[in-house]
Amino acid sequence: MSHNDITNILVCGIGGQGVMTATEILAEAAIAEGHDVKKTEVAGMAQRGGVVTSHLRFGRKVLSPQIAPGTVQVLLGFEGAEALRWSHYLRPDGLALVNNARLVPPVVELGLFDYPEDPTGQMRTAGRRVVSFDAMSIALELGEVRLGNTVMLGAIADYLPFAPDVLLACIVNRFARKGENVVDANRRAFAAGREAVAKQLGAGVTDPTSEPAPA
Amino acid sequence: MAAVMPAPAASRLLLSGNEAVARAVWESGVRVAAAYPGTPATEIIESLARYPDLHTEWSVNEKVSMEVALGASMTGARAFCAMKHVGLNVASDCLMTMTITGAYGGLVIAVADDVGLSSSQNEQDSRFWGRFAHLPVLEPADSQEAYEMTQYAFALSEQYETPVLVRLTTRICHVKGLVTVGEREAHEPAGFIKNPERWVMVPAHARTRIPGVYLREETLRGVSEASPLNVLEPGSDRRVGFVASGPAYMHVKEAFPDAPVLKLGFSWPWPPEKMRALAAICDKLLVIEETELLLETEIKAAGIACHGKDVLPRMGELSPQVLIPAVDRLLGKEPAPAAPAAAPMKVFPRPPTLCASCPHMGIYYTLAQIKNIIVTGDIGCYTLGAGHPWNALDTTICMGATMGVALGIDKGRGAVDKNKRIVAVIGDSTFMHMGMQGLLNITYNKGNITVLLLDNNTTGMTGGQATPASGKDIHGKEAPRVDLAKVVEALGVANERIKVVDPYELPILFKTIREEIKIDAPSVIIARRPCVLIDDFKPFRPYLVEEDKCTGCGNCIEVGCPAIHVTRREKVIKPSGREVELAFVNIDNQACTGCGLCVQPCAPDAIQHVPRRDIPIHIVKT
Repeated sequence: MSHNDITNILVCGIGGQGVMTATEILAEAAIAEGHDVKKTEVAGMAQRGGVVTSHLRFGRKVLSPQIAPGTVQVLLGFEGAEALRWSHYLRPDGLALVNNARLVPPVVELGLFDYPEDPTGQMRTAGRRVVSFDAMSIALELGEVRLGNTVMLGAIADYLPFAPDVLLACIVNRFARKGENVVDANRRAFAAGREAVAKQLGAGVTDPTSEPAPA
Repeated sequence: MAAVMPAPAASRLLLSGNEAVARAVWESGVRVAAAYPGTPATEIIESLARYPDLHTEWSVNEKVSMEVALGASMTGARAFCAMKHVGLNVASDCLMTMTITGAYGGLVIAVADDVGLSSSQNEQDSRFWGRFAHLPVLEPADSQEAYEMTQYAFALSEQYETPVLVRLTTRICHVKGLVTVGEREAHEPAGFIKNPERWVMVPAHARTRIPGVYLREETLRGVSEASPLNVLEPGSDRRVGFVASGPAYMHVKEAFPDAPVLKLGFSWPWPPEKMRALAAICDKLLVIEETELLLETEIKAAGIACHGKDVLPRMGELSPQVLIPAVDRLLGKEPAPAAPAAAPMKVFPRPPTLCASCPHMGIYYTLAQIKNIIVTGDIGCYTLGAGHPWNALDTTICMGATMGVALGIDKGRGAVDKNKRIVAVIGDSTFMHMGMQGLLNITYNKGNITVLLLDNNTTGMTGGQATPASGKDIHGKEAPRVDLAKVVEALGVANERIKVVDPYELPILFKTIREEIKIDAPSVIIARRPCVLIDDFKPFRPYLVEEDKCTGCGNCIEVGCPAIHVTRREKVIKPSGREVELAFVNIDNQACTGCGLCVQPCAPDAIQHVPRRDIPIHIVKT
């Protein structure tokens, strides 16, 4: 494919987790940086607890909205097993940023299927670069479970081809009308997300010699 | 959903295909826009409802929405209706005669094909309607094109007095891209002109107009030939030339940027001269179309050799990774094997589920306990009753089919099914869409059916749209509220056979169903509780499981609530010698909204309200 300048980001999770909103904010940031953007998901039954993926592609000119398997630079996983499910979309040097949430569906509780013991561990064994963290606990420490999405966006902020502040500005813009307290809480959540990933990459959880992707 | 100030002209907006169509409809000066919700088209009218200066409505079904649009067009107003692919089946009776009357004010129909069946009972190719009804079909490839082609469609409609089909697919409707928008044009209706030869479709009148339909189609072939929506890109690598319409064009450009392409935006009637010109410059011609081999068959019939579904799949979405190996095959090359790293990992399936506190859970939990019944189902969230753990739905066909299918089973069954009871399940919105006729047919033909009318006060599956029984219009404003019990009675169900129950009250629900199925007469049980995703739903105090009391019986898991989780499993040998697995549970009290359905089957009373002080308090409201 000749469109090497295209950044492919895959956001995955479960209906109701805020996957689509997070991707929407990432898209706004890419637009603010002057990129052409396409964002796609299949929403239909997503709000019934089903699988949700949101494909975000941006660059000079984006044609097909769908990301091909093996071409994702950054996978942002809102849930462990979902990150594992879509990990084959990562390119070999791609990076997975995964919230440690474990959302077990009724079909597993009924004993019909097994939930993987350690989804991110399985990804690492398969040779993936993975950083996992507990966005929910981070959000709760900040006093509000709904800040989890901003923690997730903070987590990806240093692995985009533009400055983290561009993304932060889009988040601030979205919450501006809700007042200063909400904006401040989101700023803190964003910073906490960035820190959660930086701490682990620094601690050598993944291969410290590899460059963050994309440049 | 009150009207808001639309984004000013020249704004560059990130819009889904649905939102782009809506913006174009508004800018085109449309006065009337109607639809029944249906994935993936729902957001077109939802989005239009926020624009000022036009009438938008949720119609009771797609046929009515099309008739409303046609009526508006008869006055000279610009009019629009939107539907999903199966909606056009419902509306086709209107469509097939509307093509003969033609349009007066610009009349555009957006039809969205759910290619890949993300939320539909079948996969259909709506481009057939263009051929069947002799109407032009436009196929945008992204949001910007969806915006531009919708405007083009109104101009085309008025110039040739033809309704125009804009064919969308899921990958147009739900893909967001950048769109540069413009101003709203003014279109004052010219006025209704009495003209029975045109508007009264009796045989004599229709006969005189049908030749004009064919003539119009031939004229439009010429328009298509000259249309800027059909572009021949000569390319440089001419081993394979592509014919592509809709989102398939983007996949071709992504995978084969140097190949010749005839991009068909005006795809019916397609331009024969441009097609021949493409064929003349490439060694092989490959038709890329979702989903049927429609263009391919027609191109071959025109004497132009081409390939298509001999190397490409006949169902599902296309993508660059589907096209690349297909072209390899066409060129006689061995397709490159997929990299092992790109193989998907094995992970459990995660099918859509009913929400915590969904009133439908009570219904299916109960139906799963009743033996010797046949349960016919319908289209909506409640179709999920066919899944685990309930497995309590035996048929699903199309909107409203539950009634006819149930009656057919009743009348057709032989001795082997004689003692079975038949239950027909239908939602409130589906009932008003196409279920009322079926119920009338049951009473008139003396069927022995127990109807479960699930009244959750909304159209749930598509995201909670208002219905005539919800007392609200599309803008959330008050509207006349139809009384479903009275409708049912008026359709011939005896007053004493109409029961209204609360689907959270399992013992009463169980007793009512058991009683009604025993009676040899049509009965209707209205199960009334609001959908948990709409404003009418008020959460209750959540529950928890007192660990020391839980015996691991697993009864509560059979309710099917996604907030109930197994904490540990234990195998024990019963006194009978049988080995059983116990499942001890807890309740995620962030997800639990306190419906109490799981409390009722819990024998040891282990499920209790969360103490008030432990209810999570949200400090920051976002």
